[in-house]
Amino acid sequence: MNTRVSASAETGDPAMAVDPSRMPVPDLPVQAASSASRFKLFSLENPYFVPGFITLILITGHLSFGILESLSRTVLAIGFSIALELALGRLVLGRWIHPASAYISGISVGILIRAPMFWPYALCAALSILSKYVLRYKGRHLWNPSNFGIAAILFLAGESVGSLSIQWGNHIWAMLVIWSLGALIMWRVRRLHITATYVVSFVLFALMRSQFSGTGLESELAPLTGPMYQLFIFFMITDPKTTVQSKRGQCLVVFMVALVETILRMNEVIYAPYYALFLVGPSALALEIWWTSHKASEHRQSLPDGKAFSS
Amino acid sequence: MRIGLTILFVALLASPYLFRQQLRARDSASDSDPSAVMARYGFHLVEISKKAGIDFVHRAPVLDAKLEHIMPQVASMGAAVSVVDFDRDGWPDIYVTNSATDSLNALYRNNHDGTFAEVGQAMSIADVNRSGTGVSMSAVWGDYDNDGYEDLFLAKWGRPELFHNEAGRGFRKVSVEAGLPAWLNTNAAIWLDFDGDGLLDLFVAGYYPSEIDLWHLSSTKMMPDSFEYATNGGRKYLFRNLGSGRFEEVAEKVGLKNKRWTLAAAAVDLRGTGRPDLFVANDYGVSELFINDGGRFREVSKESGIGAAPKSGMNASVGDVLNEGRFAFYVSNISEDGILIQGNNLWMPISTNPALPKYENLAGSFGVELGGWSFGAQFGDLNNDGTMDLYVTNGYISLDKSRSYWYDYSKVAGGSSTIIHDAKNWPAFNGRSLAGFQPKRVWVNDGRGRFSEVAQSVGVTDRYDGRAVALADFWNRGVLDAVVANQSGPLLLYKNTTDAARNWIGFDLEGSRSNRSAIGAIVTVYWNGQKQAQTISGGVGFAAQNDRRLHFGLGSETRIDRIEIGWPSGQKQTIAQPQIRMVHKIREPV
Repeated sequence: MNTRVSASAETGDPAMAVDPSRMPVPDLPVQAASSASRFKLFSLENPYFVPGFITLILITGHLSFGILESLSRTVLAIGFSIALELALGRLVLGRWIHPASAYISGISVGILIRAPMFWPYALCAALSILSKYVLRYKGRHLWNPSNFGIAAILFLAGESVGSLSIQWGNHIWAMLVIWSLGALIMWRVRRLHITATYVVSFVLFALMRSQFSGTGLESELAPLTGPMYQLFIFFMITDPKTTVQSKRGQCLVVFMVALVETILRMNEVIYAPYYALFLVGPSALALEIWWTSHKASEHRQSLPDGKAFSS
Repeated sequence: MRIGLTILFVALLASPYLFRQQLRARDSASDSDPSAVMARYGFHLVEISKKAGIDFVHRAPVLDAKLEHIMPQVASMGAAVSVVDFDRDGWPDIYVTNSATDSLNALYRNNHDGTFAEVGQAMSIADVNRSGTGVSMSAVWGDYDNDGYEDLFLAKWGRPELFHNEAGRGFRKVSVEAGLPAWLNTNAAIWLDFDGDGLLDLFVAGYYPSEIDLWHLSSTKMMPDSFEYATNGGRKYLFRNLGSGRFEEVAEKVGLKNKRWTLAAAAVDLRGTGRPDLFVANDYGVSELFINDGGRFREVSKESGIGAAPKSGMNASVGDVLNEGRFAFYVSNISEDGILIQGNNLWMPISTNPALPKYENLAGSFGVELGGWSFGAQFGDLNNDGTMDLYVTNGYISLDKSRSYWYDYSKVAGGSSTIIHDAKNWPAFNGRSLAGFQPKRVWVNDGRGRFSEVAQSVGVTDRYDGRAVALADFWNRGVLDAVVANQSGPLLLYKNTTDAARNWIGFDLEGSRSNRSAIGAIVTVYWNGQKQAQTISGGVGFAAQNDRRLHFGLGSETRIDRIEIGWPSGQKQTIAQPQIRMVHKIREPV
């Protein structure tokens, strides 16, 4: 039994969630059995925990600053995501999927893209959910769903869609509250190292960009202080289903995300973080799946005849 | 199943591209044949400024050297245009502002023969940007002393000026006697009679705080503290006309507070009370609506729906979009492909509750949402078909076409207030463009809730950095022409030609109990079961003012049932079956 089948932030992989036996890779690292076996309120094992937190951010942001241009567009994104997830789960897997993952995808789309029309919200939500069912490698999906949907729609429908950039009022206190809460929660769910590595990498690369381009360090650090990054570093890059397994690997991957982001930034790509994660995250995950599968295959071949399938 | 999902997935990925291709094909098809354009849209515009004797080129301000690295951005406004018949000869003239220190504004007098002559210097209202006094940002006209001649208020980043019109023969500066402040940093100013005493008052709203001298900065911490929720802009002023040429500042006393970065304002009686309500468009924040409760203003921005979704409000236009006798507001914002899609706002009235009018942004469904980095906009029936069309100018900073500042702009704009508030944290412009060289928008109204964009087809093909647009029938032909002021660019005059078969009617109102300019009067024309309302404004759009004469297109209609005039004094007047294809001069009954 592998604990990764439990629902989590943007749970993502419906096949794995409903049917552990379909795990394609044997002997994946198992998290501490003690933490997995007990249901904890403040843990990734609680399927309502991360959705609850992101909902809190949404409500707080909307009530304090009215960050949602239109509540109806956000509701559309959420509703469309959940409906599509339920329908596809039923049609493809033959059972109902827990809607927590689709809810997070929908709410991320609702917060992170900005468009005056309704259709981009529906399209982005659809691409996010469909990517989990279509873009698969050895039985697993590779992209964080909302990262895929947002990167795709920004790239393909740029004339109609922008991304959240300046909501949240630019006020430092709001940023500090979210950073503190987010860090606390990431620490509690044991993923703070991912966020921390990314932030440190971003700062180092910002220093480098500042030196290289002659622009002030403040302007290079500015994006990190904005609301888009608060969602990016706490929810997207930490998604358990689309990050690699080992702690060291996770740190290396987000360092690579920051590196690719810097390359994109040097080329003045405005949505650099989305595209960097879009490029690096799935590549790392695919490499890990391939490598683990390859090693398992070698291991099986090295066993005496008749032992390979004994377990 | 898997194949089906994959096909669906690919189709969804391809859908934005296919949709875009379809739109392009439709647009290019409409450009092909000029006679087809006239047949299809009923009008065509030709830029004739040179031929008309207008050779004005705006010059941008040069502010404190501490802002040198972002000068194109902080000095990106100042091109304003207003239409006035300053000499009462029955032909509209043009006043245009300049914004470099020691540059000259210009007053173009209409020669009645298709040409204009510059008379600003001779009239003493050209040399108004001298060193140490700031530079011009906007100009509005209103007869504040009811002597029959329109006077000039000049809004500046600097010392605001009031000029009294000396019977059309010249102007006399009366700013000090009027009691105006020594310094304001304002772009928005409008005349209105907010207390209904028959004397025009003056609403002025700051952009930068008035304590700042942009040529002598003590600190670089003068940028907005937020890009959507800024509260460190200029304050509002309401100068109540006391008569005898003196004004008293009463903004806070009558409920006009808040320090926002205001760029435009419009006043119109929304509830039939006879008193103008006030709409304010703010950069870096939400728009505001103030209801006039008998001379006191009550802010109803949030309750009315207008105070939702902060954007970059740069314009406030008023128009009866659906011929309902009710006014909508049009606010321009920023839309840049792939970067920032705020979308312009068309605030349509959805409730006529006199206590609290309500509005909904229907720009998307009406098709007037995406206008680039939009600035000035005006409603007017450009093709005389009986519905209000919309002219929007746009474009922010056009420098090096091949290099963009957007990346640096978006990088800093999303940062915390401590970073964006300080100009020194902003990367240097280095000659790059920001939303420059944009195609303009001319939207034709089908009268059923849908606008079509036709600018390139009907001849509006310039790519200057447009700021202010004003509409007037410059040649008294029964059609609306357009004059456009461009930042660091030429003043453009677009002469309109409409389908000659289409009818029209015009009104030139003069108040008696009301202010003599009749600013705030509402004329409603009834014909063939429909009605259209227009108001005389004391400044509308962005840094602009249309001709005070009201122009109504009538399409093929040959008969009007009646018109109703709501005078600012509260008096109602009805005129049955006025003759069409002429401008009616109407004096308010005593």
